[in-house]
Amino acid sequence: MDATLLEKFDKDNIVVEKLDDLINWSRANSQWYFQFGLACCAIEMMATAAPRHDLERFGAMPRASPRQSDVMIVAGTVTLKMAERVKRLFEQMSDPKYVISMGSCSNSGGPYWQYGYHVLKGVDLVVPVDVYVPGCPPRPEALLQGLLELQKKIKTETPLRKKA
Amino acid sequence: MTFADIIKFVETKAAGKSSIIEGKEVILVSPDNWVEISTLLKNESKLDFDYLMCISSYDKGDNKTYGAAYNLFSTTINHYLEVRVETEDGTAIPSVTGLWQAADWHEREAFDMMGLQFEGHPNLKRILLSEDWDGYPLRKDYKEPDYYRGMPVPKDKTYWD
Repeated sequence: MDATLLEKFDKDNIVVEKLDDLINWSRANSQWYFQFGLACCAIEMMATAAPRHDLERFGAMPRASPRQSDVMIVAGTVTLKMAERVKRLFEQMSDPKYVISMGSCSNSGGPYWQYGYHVLKGVDLVVPVDVYVPGCPPRPEALLQGLLELQKKIKTETPLRKKA
Repeated sequence: MTFADIIKFVETKAAGKSSIIEGKEVILVSPDNWVEISTLLKNESKLDFDYLMCISSYDKGDNKTYGAAYNLFSTTINHYLEVRVETEDGTAIPSVTGLWQAADWHEREAFDMMGLQFEGHPNLKRILLSEDWDGYPLRKDYKEPDYYRGMPVPKDKTYWD
């Protein structure tokens, strides 16, 4: 329902499509992300949102409240103290909600893997992660690709049908 | 003033209350004398250490001797001094928050990470770790926990198998 859809519009102003696709299209292209950062990855996330890379051209804009957010970008080291807060914030987000794990630290603990007594070894131990973005920290292009991968994933969903 | 001048001056004002660590330009003070020495360093106009740059804590490795190193600087006279206060078996070190406001969070950090006790601190609780954390991580004999509130803290990759 992307380029093909526009081609259909060229011939007529009526399009026959699945309602699932319409909902997915609107969801995928309005991924408002939760504006919070935990460590240096947040600097790259800010760079991604800044004019050069311009995250907003994909419909993603920062929201400062979990109630208004659709996607949580976990950008940085998740300490054990913060992990509970991350989990609580995720639970406060309204459905549908997605999580992008950005950077080595939130993927697996990163450099704190062996001796980090205070670091959670992967944010997927407390919240379900949809897309992992590798890097330490990932470049803005990598985060953009992560967001596009999430859009692809959203477009395969069937929100109106019962899950099998 | 140079270090030798400072030592001489401190000796004239408070004789026998401090000693010098061999080979280092550092004054060693016992917790009993720390109130007197710190007040002298701060309030004496010829010393005038008005700026507490840092408090570092250290572990001597024998599971009972822990210390705090105070880095002092005088912005008016432009001289510098390091003072160490060592404590054994959990004896409390007198707090210097009344003299230098900056000591507040530094002492809390030394308590959080090394388990030093500071007597007379207005709010001595953990500053970085959560309140229910067990142990003091910078001690040499610290053992990291297997779980914290149900979240695993794995030490090796066998956790993932």
